[in-house]
Amino acid sequence: MKLTLKIWRQNSPKEKGAFKTYILDDASQDMTFLEMLDALNEKLIAENEDPVAFDHDCREGICGSCGMIINGRPHGPGKEITTCQLNMKAFKDGDTIVIEPWRAKPFPVIKDLIVDRSAFDKIMEAGGFINTDVGSAPEANTYPIKTHKAEEAFEAASCIGCGACVAACKNSSAMLFVAAKVSQYALLPQGKVESLQRAWNMIMKMDELGFGSCTNTGACEAECPKGISLAHIARLNNEFIKSGFNKLFADKH
Amino acid sequence: MIELNSKIPEGPLADKWTNHKNSLKLVSPANKKKIEIIVVGTGIAGASAAASLGELGYKVKSFCYQDSARRAHSVAAQGGINAAKNYRNDNDSDYRLFYDMIKGGDFRAREANVYRCAELSNNVIDQLTAQGVPFAREYGGTLATRSFGGVQVSRTFYAQGQTGQQVLLGTYASLKRQIAKGNVTMYPRRQMLDIVVKDGRAQGIICRNLLNGNIEKYSAHAVVLATGGYGTIYFLSTLAVNSSGSAAYTAYKKGAFLANPSFIQIHPTSIPQLNPYQSKLTLMSESLRNDGRVWVPKEKGDKRNPLDIPINERDYFLERRYPAYGNLVPRDVSSRAIKERCDAGYGVGSTGYAVYLDFSDAIKEQGIKAIKSKYGNLFDLYQKITGENPYEQPMKIYPAGHYTMGGLWVDYNLMTTIPGLFAIGEANFSDHGANRLGASSLLQGCTDGYFILPYTISDYLADKINIKPLSLDDPEFQKSEKEVMDRIDRLMNIKGKTTPLTFHKELGKIMWNYAGMVRNEQGLKQGLKEVSELEEQFYKDLKITGSKHNINQTLERALRVADSFEMARLILHDALNRKESCGAHFREEYQTEDGEPLRNDEEFMYVAAWEYTGEDKEPILHKEELKYEFVKPTQRSYK
Ligand SMILES: Cc1cc2nc3c(=O)[nH]c(=O)nc-3n(C[C@H](O)[C@H](O)[C@H](O)COP(=O)(O)OP(=O)(O)OC[C@H]3O[C@@H](n4cnc5c(N)ncnc54)[C@H](O)[C@@H]3O)c2cc1C
Ligand code: SF4
Ligand code: FES
Repeated sequence: MKLTLKIWRQNSPKEKGAFKTYILDDASQDMTFLEMLDALNEKLIAENEDPVAFDHDCREGICGSCGMIINGRPHGPGKEITTCQLNMKAFKDGDTIVIEPWRAKPFPVIKDLIVDRSAFDKIMEAGGFINTDVGSAPEANTYPIKTHKAEEAFEAASCIGCGACVAACKNSSAMLFVAAKVSQYALLPQGKVESLQRAWNMIMKMDELGFGSCTNTGACEAECPKGISLAHIARLNNEFIKSGFNKLFADKH
Repeated sequence: MIELNSKIPEGPLADKWTNHKNSLKLVSPANKKKIEIIVVGTGIAGASAAASLGELGYKVKSFCYQDSARRAHSVAAQGGINAAKNYRNDNDSDYRLFYDMIKGGDFRAREANVYRCAELSNNVIDQLTAQGVPFAREYGGTLATRSFGGVQVSRTFYAQGQTGQQVLLGTYASLKRQIAKGNVTMYPRRQMLDIVVKDGRAQGIICRNLLNGNIEKYSAHAVVLATGGYGTIYFLSTLAVNSSGSAAYTAYKKGAFLANPSFIQIHPTSIPQLNPYQSKLTLMSESLRNDGRVWVPKEKGDKRNPLDIPINERDYFLERRYPAYGNLVPRDVSSRAIKERCDAGYGVGSTGYAVYLDFSDAIKEQGIKAIKSKYGNLFDLYQKITGENPYEQPMKIYPAGHYTMGGLWVDYNLMTTIPGLFAIGEANFSDHGANRLGASSLLQGCTDGYFILPYTISDYLADKINIKPLSLDDPEFQKSEKEVMDRIDRLMNIKGKTTPLTFHKELGKIMWNYAGMVRNEQGLKQGLKEVSELEEQFYKDLKITGSKHNINQTLERALRVADSFEMARLILHDALNRKESCGAHFREEYQTEDGEPLRNDEEFMYVAAWEYTGEDKEPILHKEELKYEFVKPTQRSYK
């Protein structure tokens, strides 16, 4: 099939970017979206052009590397899929596809479709872990955990850190990402101990890094490839408010 | 010539590690602060090592090529992680896990290493649970387990079909904690391109900064490679597309021996290649064989819808050939059985190169809900890729390149033949012999990184506390830096017509044809010839556009492919040398009457460790004899 691709090209963080239009004559519905971009890049190299840069690795929806805005939607059309899982069956001959990087202040564009998501790593450094030293772990069955709690924690933990939630949000909020981590640990006895402090630290970091605040539009949930639920944001808010009270209390005494 | 010394401690099997640990030298907390360690790779092995070393007080530098440590290939592991907890009271033990791994590896691994891995398995589960890894639970709230191939007990801990992701995120969290404390410095988006060896010791690395193309130098008292496997040698594999053996190959060129490179696991249950554009194959976890039954029609070329084929017209060939283990035979055995049926014309699907993996009986017995909770996300993944609903239609699967048992040769301390250069996780060769048992790689990566390397590395470092890391201006650094720059220029300046992706695909075809599931002398020799021709072509006709001073993913791939040619040749060499069949290495010339691998313990009970001798020169073979003191090697039987 023949496609018209309008792709954001930007050579470096400092230079200005712009859309460039390419025609790809021999795309196939059997390709995945990234294989279609591979084909375009092979063609660009043949024409002595610089290929389009995009992050990718696992190509099966688990590493969170890939991510671009396709026809206005993070990870393109389709529910609960990453860009690498998007199939070209979603498009037809003659289509025009607009492809651009995540657009969010805390995720500056580095080149073409690649953005800098290191802010997510910084948020994790602020508290996305349980303080336990190697060697000091108790026997694994020490704390029994109800199956549904374990499953809920698992669902929260399945966030792949792709950043689609931020890209989908008009405020560029990272609440869903933060909530998923805080929620995972808050649901488990191992993580409960530090839960309030963790929520506080991670949210403070998120604000500091320039992510916006959450106004509950739900756009993040709709575009999250892992179906991370807004319910986790409610749990995060809860922990955050409690941590705020605790701080107030601690300050007074 | 370097003498191979595996440093396996004396004494009873179960005491070896304890005795050895007690004899290892320590570095005091005050001195640890003065010691720098480079860890390349942030998979389960690298992340756990960097975090543990940081926690101990060493100054650690951690590297990966992805934009974040959390994206390392380990994230893709699906089925689970083994431990001998014996929670099911099914008479499991350290010894049994050890024995299953040794037997699964077809008696080509070291007893002492494998026992240590089994012995530490319980600590790994404790550690990961404490870190908040949300393993599946029984209704009573205790940890759940399931069965995996090649064993008769239930010892695999799991988090749905995303165990690797959860284990990796656990190790990543401990890494983040140490980064926050300032003990570990993270260098993402770096491609390691050389290892600096001076005075016979590994003292640093050279990386290309993938963002701006700068060639950067880093020095340290020791270097740890946790760079994963090289299954992408087949181009199509279940690995992340940027995985490669480039780092291990670099170490080999600098003098580290590479062991058993031809031991590559072909996983039986992957979604088959559906079209020529495909850039990777997606695994369907082995855990599915707990409840899925593998079959083909009894009639050749039967094109009926599988649902219309009555039971008595189906050949459940794994159950037929291997009644004791049935669908749960080890990977090498099932892969070959699948290939045999397809080659004989019984395969299904559009290409005839697929077999059914059918859940209808399990759904009837246990209900859809139970199956969903065990495999829900795998079924979804399958449906997303193929458009078919596995709750209603049997899956179609075929084997794919998956895991490399071979890798850098290491001694019991996980040190390569270059002093100060360590290799952990999939990058080393140590624990899986000629075939890896499912769910034992996450285990090995975690034992290496959390519990073994942190102890053994101090033995090496103990007398280096007063030595400063090598100066970045040292001539050895400059030489390496220049060599890397020249290599990049050479590739950029070929200015031919063919892209690295095309070369990689071609190489993959050669390797799959001649060094895949079934090998023979003629094919391996042909493979050597074709790889060399392709390589020659590569250096004449490679084309890279864009700049070396910016993000350039074509150049990144070209650098990996350039190393793959020589790696491929080494694999072919090793496979030619090993005139026997064992585990995943199946030489057609050496098989039993009923088509099972025929080992030759008299002549080949050794680890083949290869030494680099220079470009266009034959590598030298060093043999590490394998001594079985505690188990008696038998002909593996799963019947
Ligand atoms: C689809 C799939 C499913 C699997 N399922 C299971 C399972 O259920 N249970 C199980 O036990 N095992 C499983 N395995 C195997 C297991 O996942 C891997 O063997 C294991 O995760 C390897 O971990 P590692 O830490 O050694 O390396 P990896 O996770 O591969 O990490 C390699 C790291 O090295 C870095 N790196 C590599 N080269 C360079 C370089 N030149 N410069 C800089 N950085 C570099 C990468 O950035 C990465 O961080 C599975 C494997 C696959 C492919
Ligand atoms: S919450 Fe969802 S969209 Fe956001 S980073 Fe995680 S997986 Fe991606
Ligand atoms: S490439 Fe890993 S999630 Fe898309």
